[in-house]
Amino acid sequence: MFRKITLTAVSALALTVGTAFAAGEGPAIPDVDFAHEGPFGRFDQFQLQRGLQVYTEVCSACHGMKFVPIRTLADEGGPMLPEDQVRAYAAQFTVTDAETGEDRAGLETDHFPMSAMENAPDLSLMAKARAGFSGPYGSGMNQLFKGMGGAEYIHAILMGYEEPPECAADFESDGYYNKYFAKGAIPDSCKDEHGHSTIEGSWIAMPQPLSDDQVTYADGTAATMDQMSMDVSAFLMWAAEPKMMARKEAGFVSVIFLILLSTLLYLTNKRLWAGVKGRKTA
Amino acid sequence: MAGIPHDHYEPKTGGEKWLHKRLPIVGLAYDVLTFPTPRNLNWMWIWGIVLTFCLGLQIITGIVLVMHYTPHVDYAFASVEHIMRNVNGGYFIRYLHQNGASLFFFAVYLHIFRGLYYGSYKAPREVTWIIGMLIYLAMMATAFMGYVLPWGQMSFWGATVITGLFGAIPGIGEPIQTWLLGGPAVDNATLNRFFSLHYLLPFVIAALVAVHIWAFHTTGNNNPTGVEVRRGSKEEAERDTLPFWPYFVIKDLFALAVILAIFFAVVGFMPNFLGHPDNYIQANALSTPAHIVPEWYFLPFYAILRAFTADVWVVIAAEWLSFGIIDAKFFGVLAMFGAIAVMALAPWLDTSSVRSGRYRPMFKWWFALLCVDFVVLAWVGAMPAEEPYATISLIASAYWFAYFLVILPLLGVIEKPLAQPATIEEDFNAHYGSKPAQGYAAQPAE
Repeated sequence: MFRKITLTAVSALALTVGTAFAAGEGPAIPDVDFAHEGPFGRFDQFQLQRGLQVYTEVCSACHGMKFVPIRTLADEGGPMLPEDQVRAYAAQFTVTDAETGEDRAGLETDHFPMSAMENAPDLSLMAKARAGFSGPYGSGMNQLFKGMGGAEYIHAILMGYEEPPECAADFESDGYYNKYFAKGAIPDSCKDEHGHSTIEGSWIAMPQPLSDDQVTYADGTAATMDQMSMDVSAFLMWAAEPKMMARKEAGFVSVIFLILLSTLLYLTNKRLWAGVKGRKTA
Repeated sequence: MAGIPHDHYEPKTGGEKWLHKRLPIVGLAYDVLTFPTPRNLNWMWIWGIVLTFCLGLQIITGIVLVMHYTPHVDYAFASVEHIMRNVNGGYFIRYLHQNGASLFFFAVYLHIFRGLYYGSYKAPREVTWIIGMLIYLAMMATAFMGYVLPWGQMSFWGATVITGLFGAIPGIGEPIQTWLLGGPAVDNATLNRFFSLHYLLPFVIAALVAVHIWAFHTTGNNNPTGVEVRRGSKEEAERDTLPFWPYFVIKDLFALAVILAIFFAVVGFMPNFLGHPDNYIQANALSTPAHIVPEWYFLPFYAILRAFTADVWVVIAAEWLSFGIIDAKFFGVLAMFGAIAVMALAPWLDTSSVRSGRYRPMFKWWFALLCVDFVVLAWVGAMPAEEPYATISLIASAYWFAYFLVILPLLGVIEKPLAQPATIEEDFNAHYGSKPAQGYAAQPAE
């Protein structure tokens, strides 16, 4: 029996390796130990609140989060803002009412606004849409302990602005060089004879959004660039997967219940077959 | 052929007799539960229950999802987000449904390979095998169309690529593709018909499953020895078999609980492990993803589809012989469907008189190689179409066909099988020792 179980486990692993391999591409994204990772990981409520502040004061100038209802800021397993703060947060937006067609102040039942700039992608699901890319973290079995990798990706992009490499000295671009951005333009002078890039990263349309002390945190946390990008990455992970904590709790309940059930069924099965099986001779 | 002799339901009370005369439904349930099952079935015979559970899980979670989903290109993606964010427990139901498809295919592959190893497809079980293959095809169609419904980038581009395969059929390909899509490209009409068929096909599968079970209840289960249950008398049959309830129901439920513990761990802690990140971006006809990769369960056959490029000599030969009608693209499509067709034809391609691989010394190795081949195909299917993967996938595809078309027919002729046990009872007792007949003194304590 155990030989069969091992075989099954091996084939299960083998079948999933394919997906893991498919994910690895582009420059390696550095891992960050977020509080929300791993089976026991929980969102840090205060980090999410700081992240919301960075999102509101910096990102939302161009980006939107059209799938996220503002009321969920008060939800358990999220930033858990007090109700009156959520109401005040919603009221800063002017929305066109779907029924009356007239402009009014935002309500907590409204969603976050759409992207203000046409080319700025919506951030509601960014942490999941970029997850698992640019391994090694977040791809394969690492997802279980290191998270999906989407928050790491966002953190890396925010921190990845550098002076362009020498091969691009004459490159005229509207974009900005980012060593973790894989999908942007690369000048021909930075490619080998096969057309493959010889540098890490590429040019991204977004200028470097963060610099030290760009926001002032109410809780006194030093607003370094690294701190802000971690906070906003964690916040965007929450925005993409708001029910993560509830999901993990449900996972624990289900798994513990099923282990108990398996044990009981194992004992039942053993007892049942004992009446049929004699002494094992082989 | 006569079924395995066993007791049948006898209505006793007046009410039971009344119903039995009009609808023998209690008798049916009784016969299903007391069905004589070979007592030596091993742990590879549990996948049937897992698969039945998967079908039930997918139908139930699917029906709930439909209550909140909107099949329209402008709303589909948002309605899935609505399920994930606003519907009570919606995120869990959707992740169950999404990962349930993976469990379904994982189980079906082990179920199929079990059948291939123990010769479950051989006479008299060919019809069971063929219906199983139809179920597998229906599963693939259902899973493919289901993947389109969230209307993410991979949904859209996967649908574009796969329906494009039908466009490769010479002459009638393009009209067929347009007919499938409901227009010149993947759009709202496509989403709507896929939604409709995704809801319909599971019930077709359920009906096929009923026929699948009916077929093997007629022939009796195969078993690890491949030796048939003795049918001379009820007493003889009872020494080879045990009733399905409680012996196999409890055993199967135990296995199911263990598998579900792993399944729920995946759903609870890494539900997107098997998914593709690009599907969290709304479908955009103007932006093609860098790599269009199907879900893992399609990868082996996707690898076969891509293996036959225009520079492969069989493709060149086919194109020349067919006066250009069969080009590389069409050849790939034929190869992909052919790979499943040769598997379905296994009952007639396998010439060996011995059913179980356990007693076939040469077959064992070729079969092991087929399992490796399948995993290799899945691996190269996920890789970009470039060297060395192109060569590997060509070799692996060639072996897949060679196994069914050359090795299976040949082995039956050249292989010298090992001695098989005379009866299932003999095999069972060799493993577990004989137990004295019931009513006899209890075994001494061990």
